[in-house]
Amino acid sequence: MFRLIEVIGKRILLGLVTLFIVSLIIFSSISLLPGDFAQAVLGQTATEATLKAFRESLDLDKPVITRYFRWVAGVMQGDMGNTFSGRSTGGQGIDVSRPVVEIMLPKLRNTLFLAGVTAAISVPLALMLGFLTALFRNSIFDRTANAITLSTIAMPEFFLAYMLIILLGGYLPTIANVRAETEFLQRLLLVTLPTMTLTLVIVAAMMRMTRAAIINLLASPYIEMARLSGASQAEIIFRHALPNAWAPIATVIAFNMAWLVVGVVVVEVVFTYDGIGKLMVDSVGSRDIPVVQACALVFAATYISMNLLADIVGIVTNPRLLHPR
Amino acid sequence: MSDSQTQHAAIAETSTVRVRRTRWQRMRILFSRAPLTAWFGMVVVAIYAVVTLFAPLLAPYGEAEVFSRGDAPWSREHLLGTDRIGRDVLTRLLYGARNTVGIALGTTMLALLIGGSLGLIAAINRSWLDQIISRAVDTIMAIPGLIFALMLLAIFGASILSLILIVGITYATNFFRLTRSVSLNVVVMDYVEAARLRGENMVWIMAREILPNILPPLIAEFGLRFIFVFLFIASLSFLGMGIQPPTADWGSMVRENAHWITFVPFVPFQDAFFYGLKPLLPAGCIALLTIGVNFIVDWFIHETSGLRDV
Amino acid sequence: MKPAGCAMSDRASKDLLLDMKDVHIEGFADERWHPIIKGVDLQLHRGEVLGLIGESGAGKSTLGKAAMGYTQPGCRFTAGEVMFDGQELSGMKIKDKRHIWGTRISYVAQSAAASFNPAHRLLDQTIRASKRVGDRSEQVLKSDAVDLFRRLNLPEPETIGLRYPHQVSGGQLQRVMTAMAMSPRPDLIIFDEPTTALDVTTQVEVLSSIRDLVAQFNTAAIYITHDLAVVAQMADRIKVLRYGEEVEQADTRTMLSSPEQDYTKSLWSVRSLEKPEKSGEEILLTIENIDAAYGASKVLHDVSIKLPRGRTVAVVGESGSGKSTTARVITGLLPQLNGTVTFDGAELPRRLRDRSKEQLRRIQMIYQMADTAMNPRQTVGEIIGRPLEFYLGLRGKEQERRVIELLEMIELDASFYDRLPDELSGGQKQRICIARALAAEPDMIICDEVTSALDQIVQEGILNLLQRLQGEFGIAYLFITHDIATVRAISDEIVVMWQGKVVEQGMKQQILSPPHPAYSELLLSSVPEMDPDWLDNLLDRRKHENVSDPAQTGQDPER
Repeated sequence: MFRLIEVIGKRILLGLVTLFIVSLIIFSSISLLPGDFAQAVLGQTATEATLKAFRESLDLDKPVITRYFRWVAGVMQGDMGNTFSGRSTGGQGIDVSRPVVEIMLPKLRNTLFLAGVTAAISVPLALMLGFLTALFRNSIFDRTANAITLSTIAMPEFFLAYMLIILLGGYLPTIANVRAETEFLQRLLLVTLPTMTLTLVIVAAMMRMTRAAIINLLASPYIEMARLSGASQAEIIFRHALPNAWAPIATVIAFNMAWLVVGVVVVEVVFTYDGIGKLMVDSVGSRDIPVVQACALVFAATYISMNLLADIVGIVTNPRLLHPR
Repeated sequence: MSDSQTQHAAIAETSTVRVRRTRWQRMRILFSRAPLTAWFGMVVVAIYAVVTLFAPLLAPYGEAEVFSRGDAPWSREHLLGTDRIGRDVLTRLLYGARNTVGIALGTTMLALLIGGSLGLIAAINRSWLDQIISRAVDTIMAIPGLIFALMLLAIFGASILSLILIVGITYATNFFRLTRSVSLNVVVMDYVEAARLRGENMVWIMAREILPNILPPLIAEFGLRFIFVFLFIASLSFLGMGIQPPTADWGSMVRENAHWITFVPFVPFQDAFFYGLKPLLPAGCIALLTIGVNFIVDWFIHETSGLRDV
Repeated sequence: MKPAGCAMSDRASKDLLLDMKDVHIEGFADERWHPIIKGVDLQLHRGEVLGLIGESGAGKSTLGKAAMGYTQPGCRFTAGEVMFDGQELSGMKIKDKRHIWGTRISYVAQSAAASFNPAHRLLDQTIRASKRVGDRSEQVLKSDAVDLFRRLNLPEPETIGLRYPHQVSGGQLQRVMTAMAMSPRPDLIIFDEPTTALDVTTQVEVLSSIRDLVAQFNTAAIYITHDLAVVAQMADRIKVLRYGEEVEQADTRTMLSSPEQDYTKSLWSVRSLEKPEKSGEEILLTIENIDAAYGASKVLHDVSIKLPRGRTVAVVGESGSGKSTTARVITGLLPQLNGTVTFDGAELPRRLRDRSKEQLRRIQMIYQMADTAMNPRQTVGEIIGRPLEFYLGLRGKEQERRVIELLEMIELDASFYDRLPDELSGGQKQRICIARALAAEPDMIICDEVTSALDQIVQEGILNLLQRLQGEFGIAYLFITHDIATVRAISDEIVVMWQGKVVEQGMKQQILSPPHPAYSELLLSSVPEMDPDWLDNLLDRRKHENVSDPAQTGQDPER
C-alpha cells in the first residue's frame, strides 16, 4: 500500500512541477514580445508619461523573477491582474479595465457546462460503440463505423458545425447566446447544436481508441486461456478483460476530455457561445495579454489534471502496484 | 551425412519462408487488395496535387483581384460567385489549395525534421541529452497545442513564418516521441549491436541500420500528422490567427464568408444549402482532403503493421 | 507416492476417449488459406499420455488445440472429425463447446506468465472452471486446490493461492497452471510445451509433478514438445509430426530404440553428435579476475577463463548465470570493473570505442536469434559485404566475388546474393550470420546460444558447419549455451557458470564425468536424456543422496 501511495505521490508531484514550468512559460512569454511592450499595447499615440505609468503599473521596471512570483502569488489568491482593454491611455482618463477573474469566471462556467453536457453524452456512447465494434470486429457494422469515424475525425469542427446548421438550423437555435440568468432547460436547448458538433468529433476519436484498446486486450494469451477453459463471451469480457481495461479506458477518456476542453474553442466561436475559448480568441485578437495568459493557464491546468487523473487510475488498477511482491 | 546432402538440405529449407517476389509484384498485390476507401483517398489526393501544382493555370482570375460586385451569386463570369469584398470565389478556392496545402505540408516536414532527428539522437544517446529533450517535450505536450499556438501568436503576431515555426515546433513533439520509441525498439536489435561491434560510427548506424527500419511508421505518422497540422492551421485561420489576407486560404475563406450562415435559419430548407454554400465549399475542400489522406493512412498502417485481420 | 511411469503402457486401458480422423486445418496468411494440418489421425485412450513432437511449423500446437475442437483466430477446420467421448467437437456450436472446455478437457499453455490474468488471485483462477460445473461448493474446491498445490510441491500451498501471478516465479506458475487444469478433474489435459520456457533445473521438478499428478488421477494427456528427451519421460506413446502430417507413431520405448522413418532417425541422431576433445597449446584469449555490474547490481564475480587458439570452449549455465555478460565484457560492450582481457598477448582496452579496427576484426560474434541479428532491410549481399568493405577495403566486383565465395563456404549458393532476410529459413539465416562473422577473417568467434532457437535437425547442420570451419581456418569459438547435448557435440573444454561465478573449468571429459561440485551436479543431472527411465532414476537417486531441490526449498534459481 505504501508503495502505491509513493507512486501516486510521485506522479502528482510531477504534475505540479509540469504546471509550474508551464506557468513559467506562459508568464515569461510576455518578455519575449518583440519591441517595447508598453508601446505595442498602447499604440504609437501614447505619451511618454502614459507609457511610464503603464510600465509601472505592470512592474515592467522590476526583474522578471520578482514579477513572476508576484503573478503566481496573485493567481493563488484568485487575482490574475487587470485587463489591458479599457486601460486609460491618456494621462488622466478613467481606468475602466476590469479584473481578469471577474470576466473569466462566468465564461468558464459556460464552457464547463458545454463540455460537461458533451462529456455526459459522448463518454457512454463512445465506450459502448467502442466495445461493440471491438467485439464484432470486421462485421459490416464495424467496417461502416470505421469509415464514418475516419471521416468525422478528419473533418474540421467548423465544417461539421456548418453542416449541422444547414441541416437543422431551421429547427434549432444556431446562436448559443446564453446569459447568466438563462434557465437550465433553455441553456440545454441553446447548446444543442454545439454539443452535437463536439459529440460527433469526440465520439469518433474516443470510439476508435476504445476499440483499439479492447482489441489489444482481447489478443492477450490469458484471454485465449480463459476461452479455452470454457468461459462464456460475457465472462471473458466482464471478468477477464474489464479488470485489465480500466487503465487503457481511463487514458482514452482523459485524453479525449483534455482534447474536449480545447476543442470547444472553435465551436464556441462558430456558435458565438460566451465561453472561455471565445474569450481567449477575442483577447488574442485584441492582444489583451493578461486575459490570454489567464485563459492559457486555465486550459493548461485542466489539461494537465485530466492526464494526471488518467495516470492515477492506471496506477491504482495495476495489480503489480496494488500487490507488490 | 555427406557434404552434398548437407548443401542440399541448407538450400532447400523453406518451411516457413516468405514467398520471394519482386518489388513490382508486391506493389501489384498491394494495390489489388486496396479497399474502396483507399482508392477514394488516392483519387482525391491526385486531384488535389494537380490543382496545387497548376493553380495559376486553372484559375480564371488573379489571386487577389477585386471585382466591383461583392457577394455576387453564381454567374457565368463568376462560376461560384464573389465574396464580400468582390473576389472570385473559384479563383480563391484554387489558389487556396496551393497556399493551404503547401503551408501545411511545409510545416509537417519541419516538424518531422526537428522531431525525427532529435528522437533518433535521443534513442541512440540515452544519457542526459535524452533526459533533457524528453522532459522538454513532456512539458510542451502538457500544454494543449491550440492554446499554446494561440498564446504565441498573440505575442509574436500572425505571420506565415511564425505560424509555420510555432505549429512546426508544437507537432515536432509528436514526431519526437514516435521516432524515439520506434528507434528504441530497433536500437536493441542484435544487428545494431553487431554494427557497433564492427566499429561503425553513429552516423552510419543511424542512416543505414536504424532509419530504413523506422521508415514505415514514420511515413504513416507523417500522413496522420499532416491531417492534424492541416486542420490545426485551418482552425487557426478560421479563428483569424492563421494565414492572413490577401493570401487565399480555405480556413480564412470560411471565416470571410461565414455571414452567409446567419441567413440559414430564416430561409426554407431547400435554400439553406445554397446560402451555406460559400463558407461550406472551402470547409468541404478541407474535409475532403483530410478524409482522403486519412483513408490512405489507415490502409497503409493496416498493411505495414502486419495486422492482417481475417 | 509411488514413482509413476514404471508401468506406463499398462495404464492405458482400451477405453477410447479421443478419436480424431483425417483432420485438416488451414490458416490464413499472405492473403491465402494455407494448409497447416493435412489429414492427421489421432487416437487417445483414457489415462493414456500421448507425446506429440515435431519442429517449429510442424503443426503440433495447432493439432493439440484441435483436439479441443478449437482453432486459433485465423484458422479453420476444413475436413475430418474430432470425436471426444462420443461427441463431435469440430463442428459443435461454441455454446456447447464451453461445457466441455475447462471442465472435461483443459489446456496448459507454454507461457504461464502471460496466460494468467494479472488482475485475479491464483486460487480464484485455479477453481474458476470447476465452479462453473457447480457440483462442488467453493470451500471444497478451494481445499482441493490447496491439496493440488501440495501434490505439485509448491511452497506454502495454503497461502500461495492468495498471491497474484506476478508474485510467483515462472516454474511455480507453470505448476499452478497444472493445478488449474486438474481442478475440475478433466478427462483430458493438453500440455502445450509446458516446460520449454523454464531452466533445466526447474524443469525436472515441474516434469515430475505433472507426471505424478496425471498418473494419480488417471487423466489422459497430450503432451506437446519439441524436446525428445522430455517426451520420453512423459509419454506412453509418441507421434512425430512434420509439415502438418504424421511421420510415424509408436510406443515410447519402441520409438526410442528403433525409429523407422529417416526423418525420425535424423532427429534422434543430433542428440548423439559427439566430437573428440583436443587440448590447445597456445592460449589466444585470457580473461582474468573479471568483475562486472549493470548499474548497482554486480553480475560477474572474479571470472577467469582461458580460450586456446583453434579450440572450442563451451560456457554452460542457466539464465542469470552471467555467461552472456561475460561475452559482453569480452566484446567491450560492458567495460569490466576489475580484471583484464588479454587477446593474443596484448591487453584489450576495456571500452569498445577505445579498441582499434584490427582488434575488433579479430573477435566476431554470432547471436542466438538470427532474425534480429540481420537488418531486415538489407540484402544478403549487403550484410556479408559490409565487413569485407569495412575491414578489408573490398569493393565492387571484388567484394561480390568474395561474398559468393563465402556463401559457398556456408553451403549456400550465389542465388542467395540479393535475398532479404525474411526470404530465408531459420537455418539459412544463421548461416548468413556465420558468413558475416567469417568475412572479417577473425581469430575467434563468440557464439551466443547460436543453435538454441533452431530446430534440432537444423542444429546438426550448423554445428557440423562450425566444426568444419574451425578445421579449415583454425578459428577459436567461445560457445555460450545452456544445452548439454550441444556442448558434447562441439566443445573441447567446458566452463560451468552459476550466479556470476565460474564453478568449474576443464577438459570436456573431465567435466562431464563425476565427481562434480554440487551445482555442476545439479545442472548436469537435470538435463533430460533419451532414456524413458531417466527421470525415475534421477528422482530415486536424488531422494537417496538427498540433493537439495531448489524448487522445493522455495529458493527458485530464477529469483
